[in-house]
Amino acid sequence: MQDTRPQTMTDVALKAEKISVYYGSNLAVKDVFLDIPRNQIVAFIGPSGCGKSTVLRCFNRMNDLIPIARVDGNISFNGEDIKRFDPVELRRRVGMVFQKPNPFPKSIYENIAFGARINGYQGDMDELVERSLKGAALWDEVKDKLKDSGLGLSGGQQQRLCIARAIAIEPEVILMDEPCSALDPISTLKVEELMHDLKSQYTIVIVTHNMQQASRVSDRTAFFNAQATEAGGKMGYLVEYDETQVIFSNPREEYTRDYVSGRFG
Amino acid sequence: MTAQGIKGKDVASGNFDQNLSGRYNLDKLFATAAWAATIVSVLILAWLLFTILIDGLGTINPNFFTAFPSRKPENAGIKPALFGTLWLMMVVAATSFPIGVGAAIYLEEFATDNWFTRMVEINIGNLAGVPSIIYGLLGLAVFKRIMEPITGGNSVLSGGLTLSLLILPVIIVATREALRAVPNSMRLAGFALGANKWQVVWSHVLPSAMPGVLTGVILALSRAIGETAPLIAIGAVAFIRSTPSSLQSPFTAMPIQIYNWVGRPQAEFHSIAASGIIVLMVMLLLMNAVAIYFRNRFQQTR
Ligand SMILES: Nc1ncnc2c1ncn2[C@@H]1O[C@H](COP(=O)(O)OP(=O)(O)OP(=O)(O)O)[C@@H](O)[C@H]1O
Ligand SMILES: [Mg+2]
Repeated sequence: MQDTRPQTMTDVALKAEKISVYYGSNLAVKDVFLDIPRNQIVAFIGPSGCGKSTVLRCFNRMNDLIPIARVDGNISFNGEDIKRFDPVELRRRVGMVFQKPNPFPKSIYENIAFGARINGYQGDMDELVERSLKGAALWDEVKDKLKDSGLGLSGGQQQRLCIARAIAIEPEVILMDEPCSALDPISTLKVEELMHDLKSQYTIVIVTHNMQQASRVSDRTAFFNAQATEAGGKMGYLVEYDETQVIFSNPREEYTRDYVSGRFG
Repeated sequence: MTAQGIKGKDVASGNFDQNLSGRYNLDKLFATAAWAATIVSVLILAWLLFTILIDGLGTINPNFFTAFPSRKPENAGIKPALFGTLWLMMVVAATSFPIGVGAAIYLEEFATDNWFTRMVEINIGNLAGVPSIIYGLLGLAVFKRIMEPITGGNSVLSGGLTLSLLILPVIIVATREALRAVPNSMRLAGFALGANKWQVVWSHVLPSAMPGVLTGVILALSRAIGETAPLIAIGAVAFIRSTPSSLQSPFTAMPIQIYNWVGRPQAEFHSIAASGIIVLMVMLLLMNAVAIYFRNRFQQTR
């Protein structure tokens, strides 16, 4: 049977509709609408504390792990409400790479095998480890020391190990929260190249404070900002979301223009 | 002039009075004080060891290990106490380790923060400070009297369970401390890969916390091995002419035997008490050695 839905619908991997996130009684992010298209890279930019990480964590329900966090609104993954997913299942399909590299204090091999094993991987483990490390452009550097601890790697290598670990369980989306903030320019470039290669198979959302990085790697860019509230706190909201090239050359909002050109505040 | 400039106040400029020499003097003062504290404790320990060794080494001979207690000091031996303590320690380790670590994992990783868990927490903290004789009375009432059909009354099992109760709070507190020291990023990494709580705890959190957990358990066991009061409270006696053959056997333990010997008027008994102390100390050291071995093995696999 022919799929009669408009093409644009099926091409959306993640869709956020009017999501607001509270920490306790504190409204941290308000009314975010956002479509993440499949096989594209979306960058989140904005000043510190405007809720980029918070929104990112909504997509794989990591906010569930913060007892005081509450998420209102709807998020759908492949057209289905993520509340209907089991969080464990959702997190296998929507992977995450953290700001600070956090390999397990185990061997490089085990770091990658763990996720596959707990998710019931049936195939050849050696082959999966090799494929994932190659996918993360790390294989050549570590192929002779797979039994060594992941903590013995450099920061950049650790971050690529974390990426390898994330792609080993074959997710559909990878969420990256400032993956390069602890890395030197060369490692950063490697990770960026990697994201380019991964794009054909994965949908990627990346949070970054680096404007060049956002403009280099992403197809679309979301600019968040924070607003002072009457209660004295700060409330984040989505200012503008468009093609990266539009955001950086011809944004609708004055605010966006100031921010991306470094004239903020 | 330049040396002065590097050393002290001359460099001070603007609002900063660095007073380097004063700060260095304070440094030296504290280093000396800390050194003195260390030396005092080491000296006291050395003196203790020395006198015990002088008193006790002479009477350690094969007979001392194979003989039963006797009214004649030259015939008296430590065999039943030695075996009793070994049996006790096995019971204590087998019960307190899983229960203590399990409770700590529940409280730290699974329990939500509500009035019930907070109350449990406060009470565990208080229990750690309860005098051991109270545990002895509890053991007397519960393990020796009420549960007599299972424990066999005044038995290795009753004694072991009583000591277990005594050290459970210590193990729970130490384990929670060790779990809390595991960085949260490790848990998040596990969850982000689609692990559930148990998988994260079992595969990552617990192995990382293991060295700390083992340290706590061994410290607790070291406390248990030297306890006399609770065992006397449940009715363990020094004069026993057999070694335990099952969990329900009557028993005696090293500290009870030593206490018994020390309390006698004849000086010969005091020497064999010192010998008993030496044996108890060697057992303690062996236990600690085993713990350090395991701890290092866990640290290597990290
Ligand atoms: N676990 C938490 N508990 C309470 N408040 C939180 C928590 N995490 C974030 N917040 C609050 O939510 C707001 C948004 O935080 P968030 O970490 O999402 O910002 P961000 O845009 O990622 O900032 P940065 O660029 O510095 O990483 C902040 O005001 C922060 O104080
Ligand atoms: Mg952030």
